Amino acid sequence: MKRYDAIVIGAGHNGLTNAAYLAKAGLDVLVVERNPYIGGATVSRELYKGWLYSNCSYVCSLLRPEIARDLELPRHGLQVVPYGGGVTFMQNGDYFGNYADHERQHREIARHSQRDANAYDRFQADVTKQTRLIRPFLMRTPPDPTSFKPRDIKELLYLAKAFTDLGEETLADTLRFWTMSIGDFLDEYFETDVLKAHLAGSGIIGTALGVYSPGTAYVLLHHYMGDVDGNIGAWGFARGGMGAVAEALAKALQAYGGEIRVDAEVDQIIVAHGKVKGVALVGGDELHADIVVSNLDPKRTFTRIMAASDLPADVVTKAKNFKIRGSSGKVNIALDGLPTFHGLDRASELMISDMHIIDSMERMERAYDDWKNGTWSQDPYVDMLIPTQVDPTMAPPGKHMMSIFVQYVPPTLATGDWTDADRDAFGKTVIDQISKYSPDFKDLILDAEIRTPRELEDEVGLTEGNIFQGELTFDQLLFNRPFPGYAQYRGPVRGMYLCGSGTHPGGGVMAAPGANAAREIFRDLRRPNLVPEAYADD
Amino acid sequence: MIRAHDDRRVLHTPFHSRVEAACEINEWEDWKGYTTPVAYTDVELEYFAIRNSCGVFDLTPMTKYRITGPDAGSYLDRLLTRNIAKLAIGQVMYACWCNDAGQVLDDGTLFRLDDNVYRICSQERHLDWLLWSAMGFNVQIEDETEAVAALAFQGPTSCAVLKRMGFAGVENLKPYRFDSFAFSQGEILISRTGFTGDLGYELWVTPEVAESLWDQLMAAGRDYGIRPFGGTALGIARIEAGFIQAGVDFVPAQDAVRTGRSRSPYELGLGWLVHLKKSNFNGRKALIEEKANGSRHNLARLLVEGNKPANNSFIFDRKDNLLGTVTSATWSPTTKSNLAFASLDSPWGRPGDELYAEIYYIRELKWTRVIERCHVVEGAFFDPKRRHATPAWDF
Ligand SMILES: Cc1cc2nc3c(=O)[nH]c(=O)nc-3n(C[C@H](O)[C@H](O)[C@H](O)COP(=O)(O)OP(=O)(O)OC[C@H]3O[C@@H](n4cnc5c(N)ncnc54)[C@H](O)[C@@H]3O)c2cc1C
Repeated sequence: MKRYDAIVIGAGHNGLTNAAYLAKAGLDVLVVERNPYIGGATVSRELYKGWLYSNCSYVCSLLRPEIARDLELPRHGLQVVPYGGGVTFMQNGDYFGNYADHERQHREIARHSQRDANAYDRFQADVTKQTRLIRPFLMRTPPDPTSFKPRDIKELLYLAKAFTDLGEETLADTLRFWTMSIGDFLDEYFETDVLKAHLAGSGIIGTALGVYSPGTAYVLLHHYMGDVDGNIGAWGFARGGMGAVAEALAKALQAYGGEIRVDAEVDQIIVAHGKVKGVALVGGDELHADIVVSNLDPKRTFTRIMAASDLPADVVTKAKNFKIRGSSGKVNIALDGLPTFHGLDRASELMISDMHIIDSMERMERAYDDWKNGTWSQDPYVDMLIPTQVDPTMAPPGKHMMSIFVQYVPPTLATGDWTDADRDAFGKTVIDQISKYSPDFKDLILDAEIRTPRELEDEVGLTEGNIFQGELTFDQLLFNRPFPGYAQYRGPVRGMYLCGSGTHPGGGVMAAPGANAAREIFRDLRRPNLVPEAYADD
Repeated sequence: MIRAHDDRRVLHTPFHSRVEAACEINEWEDWKGYTTPVAYTDVELEYFAIRNSCGVFDLTPMTKYRITGPDAGSYLDRLLTRNIAKLAIGQVMYACWCNDAGQVLDDGTLFRLDDNVYRICSQERHLDWLLWSAMGFNVQIEDETEAVAALAFQGPTSCAVLKRMGFAGVENLKPYRFDSFAFSQGEILISRTGFTGDLGYELWVTPEVAESLWDQLMAAGRDYGIRPFGGTALGIARIEAGFIQAGVDFVPAQDAVRTGRSRSPYELGLGWLVHLKKSNFNGRKALIEEKANGSRHNLARLLVEGNKPANNSFIFDRKDNLLGTVTSATWSPTTKSNLAFASLDSPWGRPGDELYAEIYYIRELKWTRVIERCHVVEGAFFDPKRRHATPAWDF
């Protein structure tokens, strides 16, 4: 039986990143993936002939450019094409266009409120201050605030310095920002409801909280801290869908000599004498290694593929209590042509932007009420995009693919577990919602993939369907992610590590958790670190 | 009522048909959402129109706010660092305004149009801050950028041309004064103001008569060397005049995201605009403290030796310590010297300080680096008598 130096469980983009770095360092690495395909939530699949869906994640910004460059992802086929702006369709027949171009954006906001148009600059500057604070920490391991190790103290000082460099006033703003609601935050800038609703979306995506729930302001930051080619906050399409990210990572991994085995579900991490020994696959195969890295979310890792008897009791309890509530759904649609949206010129560049439905904070909050009541939002918030206007590889010429992210969708219903009929009813709610703003939409539908938290859990392995592998609230961020004492990627058992979005700096197609975990493994192996540092001050 | 969407990438000013026809080299830039010429024909000719005859510049995109109401005066006194009590109707004042931390948001001109009616003109937009500061005051603040079309009309023969257009008595306008004249069934407001430091005026009309104003001006100026000029020529003239520009010589405090990048009025040479004796104004507390404890920076006007413009240069002392950077620089065709503004660490920037600029220049693809001595100058580099004389000269 072959022994590996390291086994990575899960071929999500973080597992692949982690494995690529280990392989680059010369370790003999195997990635085992439960599905017959790789990528996890970073995947493109042809479920309808001729059409590629970005089945889960659909746009790219957070992917750390240092990693993409270091692992030569462009050479391995990754191309990210930026797009800009957004639009919210309004019930009164109007729409609000959030242009990427500053002057046009000003003009459009001024159509609703001259004051808000100018206040947007203040909003932008304040959000930028916060992103500038967080960005340098994306490629660093959080310090343990209770530890007296020189390294932790040094890192804490670094953190303290970053905070004090902000100045008194910004520091106070930061503490508020990390804990307040997106609704309260936006109320400090704007009077226009549709503008607030448009921006608030970034505060609740993937989050089982409402626009007036504390903690949602940070979630907005999580969507603003990435960049495309140095444009902070900008988003792009991965050519070929988000699966292109995973494919490029897999090629990098293989180029360094790593292996991937699909259709290989791990049943248990094997532990003996407080050390990992390898993994046991469903079906009985055992694979051995002294290093086992889990790309699964922490709850799944510690409650499904590890035995409670192998773990400290506090870890089992913390894993059980880890907040990982599902709140989102996804509908991917093959379209026979480009739909029209009310009031919007088909040639408008807003057609190639994040298109939202829900034009008031009241409706946003009501959408959350439905989630609490155990049903999907009857008046759902959607973030939809038609990348095939830019990407020629995802649908035949003249045909289109539409990606629809839906908030809110509960992990279980008031009536019990999701059934196929529930799923189809949810899909109908979404399609009906969009049809109110696009008269020809329904007639153009050729195929639809409908995904509720049930599908996200069963097919992708995200517990409760939580898209970030755990909620992005302050109690689960930085040195508290996934839980206090375990934020440095090391598990409670020697040789065992976590590398998924459930670790710092959290969810999104970022690759930072995977790379950061690799850095810690190198440290434990006393090998030179191969993981790059973040670009300075950009 | 739903206002129509305007999906255009850039807007046209009310002068656009004329500007476009005159802009032979088709070099445009986006100025606050309007397309405006960088240059029309030849920067040198345009520049010398400003200094030798007269030149026309489309000023419409400049941000303009109308401030009215019984508390307008006391409100502006609270907003601006300068004492405005003595500002008479028909008078204009240069001013700056700060946030609560005493950091400059912008500089601009304040027009007193009537008893309780004022106009603020500035580079940046400030409605949010203006309304924020208006709490507790009975004032109305309105953005009138689009409602007012404006031309800068600058140069030694500008007054003669205006007289020729029939604006009787315009020569008696003193600097920083304005008056209304009959024009095309309506009114034109003419102020003796500008950004060139020369004899010159700014002309303010409603958008409907903009094209006719342009045409009449060009016709009247034909024998007086009139020429439209773009942003590049203006950029040279304003440095000669010693005028700083928001976004170029300082980061407006509302846009600054890095700690320490904004500037106070003292740090920009605008200390003379700060009247700490006023009972209350935005930033007063912080500025009193700064006055007592000293500033972090100085904006110095530098005469740079040699003839290579010191754009983006680092400034060093004799021992190669880095003191700051150049924010604006130009060769000055009128004073035949090499000019720069530099933001320096305190206390540097005093007259007599020994400063050196590190200048890079290119000749046939070969870059060369020179170190040039710089001399601190106080006041404008160029300040002709004709700028101040009233009645205004004919050339
Ligand atoms: C619907 C949706 C939309 C999203 N939209 C965006 C977006 O537009 N942009 C963005 O940046 N982020 C988005 N995200 C978030 C982002 O996709 C995820 O945070 C990220 O992809 C997670 O990557 P990961 O590598 O940490 O984990 P995962 O992708 O969850 O990978 C875990 C892998 O482990 C495998 N696995 C599970 N159990 C086992 C087992 N027992 N044995 C072996 N393998 C196993 C799974 O099959 C999976 O491949 C979205 C997520 C979802 C679900």
